Amino acid sequence: MDSALLIEKIVLVLVILGITLLIATYSTYAERKIAAFLQDRQGPNRAGIFGILQPIADAGKMFFKEDLIPAASEKWLFIMGPGIAMFTACMTGAAIPWGTELHVFGYTLHMQIADIDIGILYIIGFVSMGVYGIMIGGWASNNKYSLYGAIRASSQMISYELAMGLSIIAVVMMTGTLSLKEIAAQQHGINWNIWYQPLGFIIFFTCALAECNRAPFDLPECDSELIGGYHTEYSSMKLGFYLFAEYINMFISSAVIATLYFGGYNFPGMDFIESSTLLGWLQFATLFAKIFFFIFVFMWIRWTLPRFRYDQLMHLGWKSLIPLAIVNMLITAAVVLLKSNSF
Amino acid sequence: MNPSSYLPIVLQTAAALGFVVMVLVLTHLIGPSRKTAAKQENFECGIESTGNARFPVSVKYFLTAILFVLFDVEVIFFYPYAVNMKDMGWEGFWAVLMFVAFFMVGFFYVKKRGALEWER
Repeated sequence: MDSALLIEKIVLVLVILGITLLIATYSTYAERKIAAFLQDRQGPNRAGIFGILQPIADAGKMFFKEDLIPAASEKWLFIMGPGIAMFTACMTGAAIPWGTELHVFGYTLHMQIADIDIGILYIIGFVSMGVYGIMIGGWASNNKYSLYGAIRASSQMISYELAMGLSIIAVVMMTGTLSLKEIAAQQHGINWNIWYQPLGFIIFFTCALAECNRAPFDLPECDSELIGGYHTEYSSMKLGFYLFAEYINMFISSAVIATLYFGGYNFPGMDFIESSTLLGWLQFATLFAKIFFFIFVFMWIRWTLPRFRYDQLMHLGWKSLIPLAIVNMLITAAVVLLKSNSF
Repeated sequence: MNPSSYLPIVLQTAAALGFVVMVLVLTHLIGPSRKTAAKQENFECGIESTGNARFPVSVKYFLTAILFVLFDVEVIFFYPYAVNMKDMGWEGFWAVLMFVAFFMVGFFYVKKRGALEWER
């Protein structure tokens, strides 16, 4: 790898990380505004115009809070927990194609940090490592509520990972590749996977909600039962890391949903745009418009549906989603084979 | 497939790790530090905590973990098949159908034995 490419990659890594953190920060604002809208309230409106500076004020507050570590906790594991949660959340963005090419100041940027041929497995791998952050943090707190939250979280995440993996297999069967770049490129124009995989999308979306610990699957931190769940004992930026990691995971999940099922950066009529500079920016904007839409859906669901009970959660995961995902996988396999080579 | 396509992952790891460590150290340094015994106690709804928090929990959770390991290994086998499906044709499909049948036998056995019943 020559130095120009290396610099390009470093710039891209930092820019994507910055965008990720910015979106995660402003997701908290969006969440509160959307909640307010759905509940016919005002929402934050004091810091700056329309409360637009609220997330910055919150972040500043978290930085300057006292960093408490309970005397009874395992100190290093207690620090490691939120660190791992944040680290794994930041890692997942590397394999997502954020666009094709972008022309900036005469340079051509390839909008994917790492074009690896197992992109989707890489993302699933890091998402499932995120459970360690929650488990370690909850266990190290030496608090019964935290431990309950952590055990619920890990049990829930591993259960929904199965159905998630199975629903992705159907997409892989259609596209014949694990590379996210290839999967996005094959959905040119409006030839999106959602038209062929509606059931797979519903399964994947449900699992994404559960993997992000979002309502209606927010049992690991359900306030009314477990105080704060696995982050009961956390304060200052360590708590901030857990909350941020959740929003980053939501952002990345939306990006993966958009890439796998909704054509990623593709949009109808993209062949008619002749200027490649314009096309690059439009593709980038299209992907982010889709991502913002899915983040909105995540929030919409949170403020609409009540929380599941734990046995209902496990029933849905094991007894409904896994058999459905297997049926979906077999039907996809049969249809793809019927289309490609005759019986 | 070339190994150099994984180099950006190393950069990403460095950036993510650097960010996490930097922020954790920074907040530790700039926040106030006035520790008292009462502040450092565990917060259990304001009630004084009793005993060790690492107590035995329901065996269902461990059962779920073990079942996850079993089924996830089986799910992983579908990935290589899914990538090469078009080349393997119908012969491969029948073989995988048999594998899915075994998978489902295991699944229904687990279900029948009540491993997924959370009410009891």
